Amino acid sequence: MSDQVLLNGWGRTAPTPAVLTPVHDDAQVRAVLAAAGGRGVVARGLARSYGDAAQNAGGHVLDMTAADRVLAFDAETGLVDVEAGISLDELMNRFVPQGFFVPVTPGTRLVTVGGAIGADIHGKNHHVAGSFSQHVRWLDLLTADGEVHRVSPEQDPDLFWATAGGMGLTGVILRAQVQMKRIESSRCLVDTDRTPDLDSLMSLLAETDHLYEYSVAWIDTLAKGKRMGRSVVTRGRFATLDELPEKRKADPLKYHGSIKVTVPDVFPPGLLNLATVAAFNELWYRKSPKRKRNQLQSIPTFFHPLDAVGGWNRIYGPRGFVQYQVTVPFGQEEAMREVLDRLSSFGTASFLAVLKRFGPGNPGMLSYPSPGWTLALDIPVMKGLAGLLDSLDEVVIAAEGRTYLAKDSRVRPETFATMYPRLEEFRAVRKRVDPEGVFTSDLARRLAL
Amino acid sequence: MIDALGSPGSLLLVGGTSDIAVATARRYLAERPLRVVVAARDTPRRSAVADELRAAGGDVEVVDFDAEDPSSAERMVAAAAAGGDIDVAVIAFGQLGDQDQLASDPAAAAALGQVNYVAPVVVGTLLANRMREQGHGVIVALSSVAGERARRSNYVYGSTKAGLDAYFSGLADSLVGTGVSVLVVRPGFVRSKMTEGLPEAPLSTTPEAVAEAIVSGVRKGRHTVWVPGAMRWVMSGLRHTPRAIFRRLPF
Repeated sequence: MSDQVLLNGWGRTAPTPAVLTPVHDDAQVRAVLAAAGGRGVVARGLARSYGDAAQNAGGHVLDMTAADRVLAFDAETGLVDVEAGISLDELMNRFVPQGFFVPVTPGTRLVTVGGAIGADIHGKNHHVAGSFSQHVRWLDLLTADGEVHRVSPEQDPDLFWATAGGMGLTGVILRAQVQMKRIESSRCLVDTDRTPDLDSLMSLLAETDHLYEYSVAWIDTLAKGKRMGRSVVTRGRFATLDELPEKRKADPLKYHGSIKVTVPDVFPPGLLNLATVAAFNELWYRKSPKRKRNQLQSIPTFFHPLDAVGGWNRIYGPRGFVQYQVTVPFGQEEAMREVLDRLSSFGTASFLAVLKRFGPGNPGMLSYPSPGWTLALDIPVMKGLAGLLDSLDEVVIAAEGRTYLAKDSRVRPETFATMYPRLEEFRAVRKRVDPEGVFTSDLARRLAL
Repeated sequence: MIDALGSPGSLLLVGGTSDIAVATARRYLAERPLRVVVAARDTPRRSAVADELRAAGGDVEVVDFDAEDPSSAERMVAAAAAGGDIDVAVIAFGQLGDQDQLASDPAAAAALGQVNYVAPVVVGTLLANRMREQGHGVIVALSSVAGERARRSNYVYGSTKAGLDAYFSGLADSLVGTGVSVLVVRPGFVRSKMTEGLPEAPLSTTPEAVAEAIVSGVRKGRHTVWVPGAMRWVMSGLRHTPRAIFRRLPF
């Protein structure tokens, strides 16, 4: 077909062609669905999934970002009804000045509400607030029969919890109601701690995470031996009006989220090598304070430092990169240490890894978060990586851990099935609402979901 | 689907009992289990190959294919695709022929042309159609350095490989932007059942080395690979050798 475009994910690996159609309303979604043909359809938001979740080789892809309106907002309750293509960025622009923050934000604001539900994303507050879908009161899902179903944790809970984390494979999320979080100011009160190794990091997080609403640690993956796992921990909460300095009290909810610079697409492969990245990591560790309390930071600085640089995924060059994100239950710290140790000795030129403690999981059949430790790091595509990550998956499986579909671009299908024992339940719901498998994606084909 | 790190989920071996095809499947299976379709004539050797690849962890299907039967390619591709997308297809069949006979027997020359050129072009066309529809896939075509400049000792064989090489190189260019790609593999003398009993040429190689080059070429998204790699420079030299010298070379 001549009107196909090549689509890829954030990691810029494995692009495939599809017919990409912007859809503004239900009728346009239905029209594409009716014309889908054998290769099926999947919805695409802002394409921040690292792998192939929002690609559909030879088929149709819906560009949902065209449907981005706020339909209703209740300033008393903080409930907002939106079209699924609206971004968290836009929600913040609209509602932070009115005293409401998104209930959950990942490390980037540039995701859509539909994508946030489809990947059941988490943020720095997972240990207290759970994942995004737990703040969704209902969603409108257009299923394979062309009908729109309003589903919620009460109304067809199976379909709701198959859709939350279901990577767009149950249908098209058209609209949702999200419970926003009330804030008194747009500033965060942040505590920073530096820890010299993995043990001290894990005990610091285990002992004091409950004191903070938001918590995350950045690990220098290139530090070896005794310094393995050295980290900078930043934790905080929103400041109350009283806690703001006098000069900010006049406009406590002032908010400005913007992209400051954009990376040009000219980075050669191999620019990021062990030497350049190690130098960066060293500098970053040394410039962080050893211990700092109650520092006021803006929302972008605390939550979305990388959003200041547009298209930062280009620095990995044309071969792209993968993100390896896995979680293991509490009590399996040794497995996490082994994963980190092997990644570090393999010599991947990775910037910082992120480590965080998850709170309780939710009923989502393919939802990623579950109680334990989660580790995420970006790795440029390089020789031997496929085998290394396959062997790390074995460590994770032995520890009864799992990998995150929104980040995945390379897990083995049988490995995935072992990690997600509720896959059969998910398949049963999918079979009920989409017996022909009209909704599909490269990810679904790769993993035989 | 071929994943972000170049690992496929399914592999079609056309001429599935050839040493290079089997070595390629073994090489992939050493990394991960995957679906392998062995397309070949129904022979005891095909059953043995299927058993071996199953034991190595493959989810193996066998499909009938006979390069000498012009109608079998279409049935073969349809049967192979019935079980799901084809991520990597290796076109590995071919014959060396007997040069003495080929030099004087037009029927033998035509038969070799059918097996080494016509059938790969038919299979390549069918696979390209199929993969364009599925929006992804890699076709691996086994060419030969013999096709780069035909030598008096095996020019009929060399000419069939020259045709095959030209076809797949052009096909590769025509598929840019479709998600489908073609890898043309140009091995030197491969010690295999096809060359059994022949004197070894310089820079000879093994089916395992060719398999390694295929796996790594697919992983890196390459369009052409020589095996061994040094062949590229040797052939570049030979292509520009004056004819008066070239025809006197002892191989």
